[in-house]
Amino acid sequence: MVHFERFTLSNGLRVVVHQDTSTPMAVLNVMYDVGAKDEDPSRTGFAHLFEHLMFGGSLNIPEYDEPLQMAGGENNAYTTNDLTNYYIQLPAENLETAFWLESDRMLSLAFSPKSLEVQRKVVCEEFKEHYLNKPYGDVWLRLRDLSYQVHPYRWMTIGKELSHIENASLQDVKDFFFKHYRPVNAILVVAGNVTTEQVKTLAEKWFGPIEAGERYMRQLPQEPAQTAARKLEVHADVPLDALYKCWHIQSRMDHRYYVADLITEVLGGGGSSRLYQALVKEKKLFSNIECYHFGTIEAGLLSIEGKLVKGVKPEEAEAAITEELERMKNEQITVTELQKVKNKTESAIAFEDMTIMNRANSLAFYELLGDAHLMNSELDRYNKVTVEDIRQECKEIFKETNSNTLWYLSKN
Amino acid sequence: MQNTTMSLDRTKTPFIKDAVDFNLQLKPYQKYVLNNGAEVYAIDAGAEEVVQVECVFFAGNWFEQKNLVAASTNFLLKNGTSAKSAFQINEHFEYYGSYLNRACYNETATLSLHTLTKHLPELLPVVKELLTDSVFPGQEIETYKQNMKQRLNVSLKKSDFVAGRLIDAYLYGENHPYGRYSRLEDFDSVTQEELTAFYQQHYVNGKFIVFVSGKLPSNIYELLNSSLGDLKNGAVSIADIIASPATEKKYRVTNDPNGVQGSIRMGMPFPNRHHPDFLKVQVLNNIFGGYFGSRLMSNIREDKGYTYGIHSYLENHIQQSAWVITTEAGRDVCEAALVEVYKEMDLLRNEPVDAEELALVRNYMIGIILGDLDGPFHIINRWKNIILNGLNESYFYEQMATIKNISATELQELANKYLVADNFYELVVV
Repeated sequence: MVHFERFTLSNGLRVVVHQDTSTPMAVLNVMYDVGAKDEDPSRTGFAHLFEHLMFGGSLNIPEYDEPLQMAGGENNAYTTNDLTNYYIQLPAENLETAFWLESDRMLSLAFSPKSLEVQRKVVCEEFKEHYLNKPYGDVWLRLRDLSYQVHPYRWMTIGKELSHIENASLQDVKDFFFKHYRPVNAILVVAGNVTTEQVKTLAEKWFGPIEAGERYMRQLPQEPAQTAARKLEVHADVPLDALYKCWHIQSRMDHRYYVADLITEVLGGGGSSRLYQALVKEKKLFSNIECYHFGTIEAGLLSIEGKLVKGVKPEEAEAAITEELERMKNEQITVTELQKVKNKTESAIAFEDMTIMNRANSLAFYELLGDAHLMNSELDRYNKVTVEDIRQECKEIFKETNSNTLWYLSKN
Repeated sequence: MQNTTMSLDRTKTPFIKDAVDFNLQLKPYQKYVLNNGAEVYAIDAGAEEVVQVECVFFAGNWFEQKNLVAASTNFLLKNGTSAKSAFQINEHFEYYGSYLNRACYNETATLSLHTLTKHLPELLPVVKELLTDSVFPGQEIETYKQNMKQRLNVSLKKSDFVAGRLIDAYLYGENHPYGRYSRLEDFDSVTQEELTAFYQQHYVNGKFIVFVSGKLPSNIYELLNSSLGDLKNGAVSIADIIASPATEKKYRVTNDPNGVQGSIRMGMPFPNRHHPDFLKVQVLNNIFGGYFGSRLMSNIREDKGYTYGIHSYLENHIQQSAWVITTEAGRDVCEAALVEVYKEMDLLRNEPVDAEELALVRNYMIGIILGDLDGPFHIINRWKNIILNGLNESYFYEQMATIKNISATELQELANKYLVADNFYELVVV
């Protein structure tokens, strides 16, 4: 049970406070309700590039990192398709430094041309390091594009192509900032050795004077239900053939999301999971196989991927996956198997909640979903899932017409 | 409340308490000795009902006669006992939502369990079973070999993986445990007999130490003693193996003719934690390339944009270490990046670090350690490092004192002693 208190500033900034006096540290976490899904299709990768620019100096503070390091703190940030999150951890006695830094960059960035020029290059190198300069690196650039026709999840947070990042202008940066980085679109969580009174005073002092901004009303194109299977075959300079399949699942707030999450555990979570046991250990068709989903807020994807044992034909490997999925559709899993994946979930939640950083981050995320209290009832939602729910949802998800398949084959 | 706007000066830094003024304490461990003499170091802390039990054996690469025997034995520990199949073992641990991991390092190899505290009584007996009765089934070994070879084939396509292997081979020699790397044919030659013999010698009859942390039950000693207290727990002696660094220092390797980035690795041999310069050089290393505000990062990423990241660090080895610089840079700017690295070494040799930068690094390092003492797993990790390196708690307090007191003059002397271009191996893999 994670305890917290909440209040909202007059400019609309939502604030959550989580006190933990067992640590000498504090975490200040700011989550902005903007992600890669909010990008213009001709300027993808922008939300993430922007995250880099947030470290290039703000209106009154030329250097973001230096004062924070002086205060014994560290920070980082990440961008997903759904949101952008910034967090600082520092000794609780220096909490005000974190307020000072975060509030100034919410007030306004410095918009330095040099910072934009350098960070464009840095992000291009990040793109190369993670998506181009390694085998299978471009798989999800292709597979998202195959699986989504209109929804902005069809591109990755890093962007569709290098040119979109290279062409970003300072005007784009300013427009994006004043549209999305406003108090009314943000959630502030302060966790650790702090009191609500103290956080209230500091929040009023540093964030209170910032103009509210306009609430961003998201109107994303909705993906039509997929009606026919899609397939793509790629031949590349990779050592092994690989197979990827993905299917559309329900959105984060739908109860079927929890069913899908447990399905991925039954199929691919660990050494006793079905796909690993049947296809890696018994039939020896794959050298590794995984099943996972993306945990996105809007309707996302559940995926199975694996590398084929040398000499195995992709048709054969795919048929073996299908056979396992048919079993899931036709026969209920055992109550013990369901209990196993529920136990794993309980344990995963407990381990995740060990640090104040993770707790702060989760509180922000659930508040973004609509209510930070959701964090404490998550396990109940998993526990409600029955073996029949699993079977029914497998029948829905693993329809041939809902599938997207990529054969990523070795040229050699 | 809004009238505070008038008086709020956002250009002025709020009062910062210097992190060096914090009085950092490393929470002491409780030590138990099991019936067989095995030492248990315990940290009881945290709010979540979770526990980590790590059994550390002296069964790393250092002790193998043939490449991959130590790693393969460790990997296959949970792939079958005389009573349970690999599937049954996995199912048991996973049913209780626990994670049983194994890892093989240079001197040590570990089996570690993460679980909700309440499930310990169901899990520890099976941990014991793995440590006394693993049988390394032939089928499991074959599947393992095939899959590891496939994985290696993929890794060999990555310039960062290839570069990481090569720089260690240059620094220590290919026959040294720190410099040895696995080839496809090494997997082929691993046999069941070798694994079984290694297992008997270094696990069943080997020495081990237990590190346990989390919210511990009151009967933790009894639980551990009943499952691990009658293992043999023999003696261990660590043989001297002398490194033989390469004579040639500069290398350019083409791994993928179409690669768009180069993996740069630079390194020089460096003594271990017992050397009086070790803790001091950690401060110098921070300034050089050890954190986001470092000289290397500020110049090569934040000013030139040649890379997504550049880092330097002292390798975490027990017998001897190396000072290493690593980055992935755009293919066309690799040579330019190298020039900048040497420029930064020159600067640290030629000019003392100014007071402000030094104060910042001191505060930053102390702050990071303070943050890193958060929670039982972090605390036990710090203790584990101290104990396995043959140090004691005074090392932690020396580290604090070094960070707080080292002078710019000392740092400059160290830069002149170590950060010399000729000392460094230099490698670019495209």
